[in-house]
Amino acid sequence: MSEKPSAFLSRRGGATTLCFAVLALIPPLAGWLHEPFLIRQFIQIMAMGLAAMSLDLILGYGGLVSFGHAAFVGLAGYTVGILDFHAGDGSLFLGLIPGTTNALIAWPAAIAVSMLAAALIGLVCTQAGGTVFFMLTLAFAQMVYYGFSGWTLYGSDEGLSMGGRSELPLLDISDNTNFYYFCFAVLLLCFLAMRAIVGSRFGMVLRGVRQNERRLAAVGVPTRPYRLAAFVIAGGFAGVAGILLANYQTFVSPGDLSWTRSGELISMVVLGGLGSLIGPVLGAAAYLLLRLVIGSYTTHWAVVFGPFLILVVLFARAGLFGFVVRGREV
Amino acid sequence: MLLVQQLLNGIQFGLMLFLMAAGLTLVFGIVNLINLAHGSLYMLGAFIGVSVQQWTGSYLWAVVLAIPATAIVGIAMEMSTLRTLYSRPRLDQVLCTFGLILFLNEIAKIIWGPASLRMKLPDFLNGTISFIPGLTYPTFRLAVIIAGLVVAGLLYVLITRTRIGMLIRAGASDRGMVAALGVDIKTLFTLVFGLGAALAGLAGIMAAPIYSVQVGMGDGIVILTLVVIVIGGIGSVRGALAASLLVGIVDTYARVLLPASVGQICIYVLMAGLLFVRPRGLLPANV
Repeated sequence: MSEKPSAFLSRRGGATTLCFAVLALIPPLAGWLHEPFLIRQFIQIMAMGLAAMSLDLILGYGGLVSFGHAAFVGLAGYTVGILDFHAGDGSLFLGLIPGTTNALIAWPAAIAVSMLAAALIGLVCTQAGGTVFFMLTLAFAQMVYYGFSGWTLYGSDEGLSMGGRSELPLLDISDNTNFYYFCFAVLLLCFLAMRAIVGSRFGMVLRGVRQNERRLAAVGVPTRPYRLAAFVIAGGFAGVAGILLANYQTFVSPGDLSWTRSGELISMVVLGGLGSLIGPVLGAAAYLLLRLVIGSYTTHWAVVFGPFLILVVLFARAGLFGFVVRGREV
Repeated sequence: MLLVQQLLNGIQFGLMLFLMAAGLTLVFGIVNLINLAHGSLYMLGAFIGVSVQQWTGSYLWAVVLAIPATAIVGIAMEMSTLRTLYSRPRLDQVLCTFGLILFLNEIAKIIWGPASLRMKLPDFLNGTISFIPGLTYPTFRLAVIIAGLVVAGLLYVLITRTRIGMLIRAGASDRGMVAALGVDIKTLFTLVFGLGAALAGLAGIMAAPIYSVQVGMGDGIVILTLVVIVIGGIGSVRGALAASLLVGIVDTYARVLLPASVGQICIYVLMAGLLFVRPRGLLPANV
C-alpha cells in the first residue's frame, strides 16, 4: 500500500485523522446535545472497533480467515471479571491466585491470558492453511465458549457481574467521560502500534502470506512462524479490547466469546474495509449505529442487516474506508 | 446398562450429525463452498415439522412434508445467493452465509416466536423397547438410529452406484472437465445443494422431539458438524460417517462422565489431538 501515489496516502492519512478528530469531539458534542448516552455508545464503538482492528491485522493483512477472534476478546474480559470476583469475596482463583481490582495487575494478566490462548490455539490452527484454519479457529472458539458457559462458579450462561470498573492510579475511570478519553488514548496507541507493525518488515511478510504464500516459501521465508506470531499479536490486541469492553459493561458473559460475536467482528472489518486498520473502527461504528437506528423501529433488525451484509460482501468489497478514500488494493 | 444406553445415545447423536455432515461435505467437495447457514436448514426443518404437526396432527406427515420443504428453501438459497459465491474467496462465503444465518434466525423468530416449541410423538414411537431384561431404550431414538443407517446406506448407493452419483464424484474431482463434457453443471450443483438441505431438514425433524425447537438451535450443531468434517477429512462422505460416530459417542460419554465444563470441550481436544497426528483427517477424500 505504501507504493501508492502520495495523493492517495494523504487522503488515507486525512481520513484517519478525521476519524480520530471526530472521536475526540464526541464528549463535548454529547454535553452540548444533552445526550450523555452518546458517550457510552461511543465507548462501545471504540472497544469493538479495537477488537475489529486487531482482527484486521490477521484477516486484512495476513489473509487468515479467523472465525474465533471473539474468544480472545472474551478471555481477557473474563480474566478481569474473575479477578474482580475473587477480590470481592476474598477467595482464591483455583485455590491459588488472589483476586484484584487493580488495573495494573489485572490488565497485564488479561492480555497475557489472551496471548497465551492465542499461542496455544494458533499452534494447532496455523499447522493447516485456508479452509481448515478457518474451521479450527471456529471450533476452538466454541470450545472456550462451552468452557465458560459450563463454569457454574462464574455464572455459567448467565455471565458474571463485576463490582465496578478496574482501579487505575491517578485516573478515575468510573467516570464515563474520563473512561471515554482513556479508551480513546488506548485506541490511538494501539492503532499507531499496529500501523508500525504493518509497515515493518514483519508486516511485509504478512502481506506476502496473503498474496502468495507459496512464492514466499519459495524465496526462503518460512511462513508459519510469521502466521503464528501475527495470530498471537492480534490475540494480544484483542485482549486489550476485551479489557475495555468488560470495564464498559462491568459484566462478562459467554455471549462475549461466542462465534456469532466473531462473525460480528468480521462483519465490522469488511463493512469498514479490509486491510485499513482504521476502517474496522468505522465498520464498528456503522454496525452498532445501524443496529441502534434499525432497532428503534423494529426488534427484528437482523432481517434488514443480514441481507445488507450479503449485499455489501457481493457488491461493495472496498467497505466504508475504501469508499472514503476511493480506490485501494485488497 | 447405563453405559450401553449411552453408547446407543452416542450412535443416535452421531448419525444425526452424519446427516448434517454429509450434506455439508458434499457441497464442499463439489462446489468448494462452506455454508455456515447449513444449521439454519436444520432449524427450519424442525420448525416446519412442528407447524405441519400442529396443522395435521401427525408426526409422519411432518416428516414427509418438512423434508421437501427444507430442500426447496435450500434450493432457493442456492439460486438466490450462494450460486454467486462459488468462485469467491473463502471470506466472502463465510460472511454471506453468516448474513443468511442472521436473516433466517430472525425470520424464524418472526414466524414462530422466540419461545422454544415441543414436538409430540405418536404413541407407537413414544414408548420404550426392552432388548434384554434390564435394558430398555426409547423407541424413537431407536427409530432415529435405524433411519440414520438407512439414509447412510442409500447415500452410499446413490454416490457409488448411480449416474448422478458418478457425476457428483466427477464434479468433485474436476468441475471444469465435467462441464466441458456437456453436463449441466449448474443444475447438478443445485441438485446437490437440495440433497444436502433435505438431509439437514431430516436431521432437524428427527432432533425436534428430542431437543427443544428454538431459534438458533442450528448455530451450535453447525460448528459440531464442521468439527466432524475436519476430523473425517474435508469432502469425504465415508470420513464424515466415521467421524460423526466417533464424535457422537465421545461427546455423549464425556457429557455423562465428566463435569459440565470439561465434558463439553472433550470433542475439541479430541479434534486437536487427531489433527496433530493426521492433519488431513481420518479418511481424506481421494481428490
